[in-house]
Amino acid sequence: MNDHPLTSLAGYFALLSLFAVGGANAAIPEMHRVAVELMHWMNDRQFADMYAIAQMSPGPNVIIVALIGYHVAGFAGGAVATAAMCGPTCMLAFLVARVWDRFKEARWRIAIQAGMVPLSIGLIAASAFVLARSADHTIYAGLITAATAAFAHATRVNPLWMFLCGGLLGLSGWL
Amino acid sequence: MSDSPPVAVQPSLTELFLAFALVSISGFGGALPWARRAIVEKKRWMTAEEFNETFALSQFLPGPNVINFSVVFGSRFGGPAGAAVALAGLLGPPLMIVTVLAILYERYGGVATLSRILTGVTAAAVGLLIAVVIKMAAPMFLKRWDSAPMFAILAFTGVALMHWPLPYVFLGLAPFSVALAWFKR
Repeated sequence: MNDHPLTSLAGYFALLSLFAVGGANAAIPEMHRVAVELMHWMNDRQFADMYAIAQMSPGPNVIIVALIGYHVAGFAGGAVATAAMCGPTCMLAFLVARVWDRFKEARWRIAIQAGMVPLSIGLIAASAFVLARSADHTIYAGLITAATAAFAHATRVNPLWMFLCGGLLGLSGWL
Repeated sequence: MSDSPPVAVQPSLTELFLAFALVSISGFGGALPWARRAIVEKKRWMTAEEFNETFALSQFLPGPNVINFSVVFGSRFGGPAGAAVALAGLLGPPLMIVTVLAILYERYGGVATLSRILTGVTAAAVGLLIAVVIKMAAPMFLKRWDSAPMFAILAFTGVALMHWPLPYVFLGLAPFSVALAWFKR
């Protein structure tokens, strides 16, 4: 399965697609594990850069897979990674939508959903941890992270302003 | 549901595509509020209740919620073609934008100035993610004691500290987490 980069991209992201409870943000540690630690497609800082670029771009967060795919195998890589990450879950969504009314009140359905909540919270926390370790190499970067977290928790300011502040502080050469 | 009045407006495939394309480029950091505004308030394709129900279904499924939502919504109004068109609208424009950014990054990512800016942006983006985690986790930890926080901590430990593959961690924890949720009330 690891012979061709496109095959690896398709395989990993298709599998990841089905285990990403909590959405793209919950899948970040697994993407990092595969792209940086296992396949050595990129280093820590490139991975963190791609997360930042995906966050600054409009659209669903899952778009980070297109950046990873492009880095690995150009246009075809971006297309394959995106298709693999969305394909299986979209098929599932299409099929489940037709029978949803039959089991939406079922006890097992509610139990599954309730059981997934703590897992997705743990996974998204893991994403924050993995990204912080990849990105915050200085005390100042760590301070920006902490300040943004506090600020975002207390206010409802558009995230783009926080990215702008972070970018300007980075440009100033402090980090 | 059956006694509610029929949906007044039926979107065409073109309208579906355009609506989701617009949602995709309006939403920074989460497209859901924009989807709700477009579908419920502006176009009136769904009532708020139907929207919530459709979104609950999207959350039930693995994978990105908004992507699931576009498929479920599109298929409701246009079958397989509707699903494909809504998905294409949601992914098309961001994919084009991000591909341009990817080309620029591959060319200039090593330039010191850009690299410094991105370091700052990443530091802020991680902070935002931490705020999201706090918001999600607070109700779970503030409730009277139950098993949920334990599963969150185990998932975190397995993936972040032990570097175990996500499928193993998931398959190891999900059955117990679901079983305990089943017996909870």
